[in-house]
Amino acid sequence: MEIHRPTDDRGPVASVLKPVVTAEEAVLSILPGAVVLVGGWGGVGVPGELISALAAADTSSLTVVSNNCGTGHPRDIGLLFAAGKVRKAVTSFPTHPAAEPFRRALAEGGLDLELVPQGTLVERIRCGGSGLGGFFTPTSAGTPLGEGKEERVLDGRLQVFEPALRGDVALIHAWEGDEYGNLRFRYAAGAFNSTMATAADFVIAEVESLSSTPLPPDQVDTAGIFVDALVLRSGS
Amino acid sequence: MSAHGWSNAEWADRIAGVLAGARYVNLGVGLPSKLPQFLADRPGLLFHCENGILGTGPEPPEGEAVAELIDASSRPVSLQAGAAIVPFDVSFSIIRGGHLDATVLGAYQVSSTGDLANWSSPGASVAGVGGAMDLAVGAHQVCVMMHHTNRDGTPKIVDALDFPLTAPACVDRIVTEFASIRMESGGLVVDEMAPGLTREALRSMTAAPLEFAHDQVAVADR
Repeated sequence: MEIHRPTDDRGPVASVLKPVVTAEEAVLSILPGAVVLVGGWGGVGVPGELISALAAADTSSLTVVSNNCGTGHPRDIGLLFAAGKVRKAVTSFPTHPAAEPFRRALAEGGLDLELVPQGTLVERIRCGGSGLGGFFTPTSAGTPLGEGKEERVLDGRLQVFEPALRGDVALIHAWEGDEYGNLRFRYAAGAFNSTMATAADFVIAEVESLSSTPLPPDQVDTAGIFVDALVLRSGS
Repeated sequence: MSAHGWSNAEWADRIAGVLAGARYVNLGVGLPSKLPQFLADRPGLLFHCENGILGTGPEPPEGEAVAELIDASSRPVSLQAGAAIVPFDVSFSIIRGGHLDATVLGAYQVSSTGDLANWSSPGASVAGVGGAMDLAVGAHQVCVMMHHTNRDGTPKIVDALDFPLTAPACVDRIVTEFASIRMESGGLVVDEMAPGLTREALRSMTAAPLEFAHDQVAVADR
């Protein structure tokens, strides 16, 4: 299929081409107290270089939203707990045996924990990226995690209200990107990444490779409209 | 001679039996995620993992693992014929939207009314819920695969839960290494027991009343 390319070389005022920056430059936008969405699931699809840079950056009191709180990989969200950057964790499965920095931070105090069922967590983020205020779900109704939530009986089932969730910044990972910010994920490594891409004011994608030609449009998983900056993983 | 229960292959065979007719089956963390090792060659079954893989096969041969293909226990998997990768939020539409014929989950405790506890323990300072609550409310059939007792011998099948609830009255079937047990409105019905096990021995490991299906043949100790 032929792709039309503009011939007018004056260029648009605001480009649909997304800047490719270093991880250190990318995380400069993350201010103290920010809500940071961090993609990945079970150690796969984790934006490790962005996390490493954030752990070394001059920021603090972050709220991090992440499925896991460390899975033993050398460059995962455990670095943020070890560096004392986190004030609150919104998470689904923080109990990996290797999540030692997280457990230490929790035991020392000063770390708030909000435990959210996994499907509820991703749907809250989906709503946040979709202009919706929230949703009702039977998940957690009648359980300790449903306590204090607004309840309604819908379709004959007890359901609880879950509010939308957005971030100031999202740190996501993709297998491949192009200069328009279009992204492709590999197998299960899209988990949380594709949804988080829609739900933050500033979205930074760490890509394994950067295609010199635009990705085939029908093979784009996350469109560049959602992406603000790209970081090419150095592999170091 | 005391009974040792079914082997893992025999145990998996019992699970396959109670899943008869199910096509799309989620497998939870722990014991259930090992089921593809035994059942992946059975036609008409596709295993789902909440990470978005529909069609998780057995562990691949050494050196052929793909980092982005993992199961609920974060173990490497292959792909079954007919597999599809769906976006993560769609994976939970599959779960909550009633598209799964069944889920096989591990558990800390199950009550005689089908209450499930599999995400936290009493007094725990931190717990991981993962997709457990979504699966328990979303799959058409909830099958628990767990050891019949804790390591210290205390029963995991109880009249009322001591452990925090995952979802109320959601369990349809419990398959342990010793028995396959159906939840009925009147209570627990044992459909099958491992060879060499007496009804009395099974009752002594179970803290809830058990009934035995009419076709149940208890094999006395030899």
